[in-house]
Amino acid sequence: MSLRDLAYQDAANPWFSWDYIRTNSSTILDALGEHVTLTAEAVALAMVVAVPLGVVAYWFRPLSGPILALSGVLYTIPSLALLAFIAPAVGPTKSTSVLIGLVLYALLLIVRNTLAGLNQVPKEAQEAATGMGYGRFGRLIRVDLPLALPGILTGLRLATVSTVALVTIGALIGKGGLGNLILGGFQNNFFKAEILTGTILCVLLALVLDLILIGAGRVLTPWTRRAR
Amino acid sequence: MNIVESAWVYLNDPLNWTNPGGILDRLGEHLVISAAAVAIGCVVALPIGIWLGHSGRGGGLIVLVSDLTLAIPTVALLTILPLTFLSFGKPPIIVALAVFAIPPLLSNAYTGVRQVDPETRDAAKGMGLSGAQLLRRVELPLAVPYLAAGFRTAAVQVVATTALASYVNGGGLGQIIAAGFGLGIAAAGGQILAGGVLVAALALAVEGILALLERLVTPAPLRPLRRKTDRETIATGAA
Repeated sequence: MSLRDLAYQDAANPWFSWDYIRTNSSTILDALGEHVTLTAEAVALAMVVAVPLGVVAYWFRPLSGPILALSGVLYTIPSLALLAFIAPAVGPTKSTSVLIGLVLYALLLIVRNTLAGLNQVPKEAQEAATGMGYGRFGRLIRVDLPLALPGILTGLRLATVSTVALVTIGALIGKGGLGNLILGGFQNNFFKAEILTGTILCVLLALVLDLILIGAGRVLTPWTRRAR
Repeated sequence: MNIVESAWVYLNDPLNWTNPGGILDRLGEHLVISAAAVAIGCVVALPIGIWLGHSGRGGGLIVLVSDLTLAIPTVALLTILPLTFLSFGKPPIIVALAVFAIPPLLSNAYTGVRQVDPETRDAAKGMGLSGAQLLRRVELPLAVPYLAAGFRTAAVQVVATTALASYVNGGGLGQIIAAGFGLGIAAAGGQILAGGVLVAALALAVEGILALLERLVTPAPLRPLRRKTDRETIATGAA
């Protein structure tokens, strides 16, 4: 390839192209769908594991140190290393490998914020609940968890936004949702339009999901608005 | 031979360490890239964070920066920057990683200067200290635990993220994993696992060393603060 060809190629390689989006809409939508599915599954699974862990850490004080430390260590391990541990065991072509890594990452953010939320529940409310005859579980479900909801939602938002960004690393094994577009564009002769489309959709997805969670939080915690 | 055994064999082959492009080369690249990224992050973020904390403005800006960088995929910056004026090679990778080092440094510098007791600040002013003297002799020394915590968070995160440079063939230990995935699990499962162990070990080692360093630079009376800082430092960015 001569230098002139390279220069020409550069001229015909815009950062944004409606034409690319039109002709590849099904690929883009598939990637977006995979991205959304992976994010939703990862955050949902992380919630199911992390909120009970947060409650355990809250009920049994001596356990809160080890639980936070363990999820902290999991968080410190680089995502690529996690993928390298998980993929050979699970199967490199399955999105499950990516999913497990994402769940382990989201874990710390949700556990920590759940615990912080539970710690913020006013002592008076708890004593009142106990005085009204609530047992441990009843108080947890009816008093502690609802009052800890702002903290839990903060964790959920952080986890969702960072998971959306993190899904892209799955592109290394072809299971990265929009990351496939980003990395694919780079490997496909530096196709800028494909890279930027993937990136923009990724950031937009994070923004939209964050706004949805903020909205859900406002609906679920009406008292935080009335207080102001 | 199962995969753990072949990882062990891979790590035990001296040539895998000393060959060109072997583990030692990759480790060197990894450390150079990480150090440069953290250094750029410090040069950019610390003065801004300290100044904003000193003047008490711009808290919203810092939240905005950390929220934004949380939403930007590392892989996206790593692929986009080489195609800009930065061109290929190490510079775009270092800049991409530096972007993710900025939020923890910025927010900790800001919080560190901001959290200084207003009464202490008033006392210093009453003693006739100027703004610059106040910053240098009162606020900065009291902010050291926060600055150290921010540095540690940023450095550990950058070391972890540098592994992703391998996506764009940028060097570093991640290259071993990426090459392994290129060869396939059947052929190079052991190499993938070994690379994972190396990357994880490096991240945990850096975390441990910097935790120790953080403890050393924190004056004893300020130490109880340290644990609190840990918990309050919101981990930003996807590593």
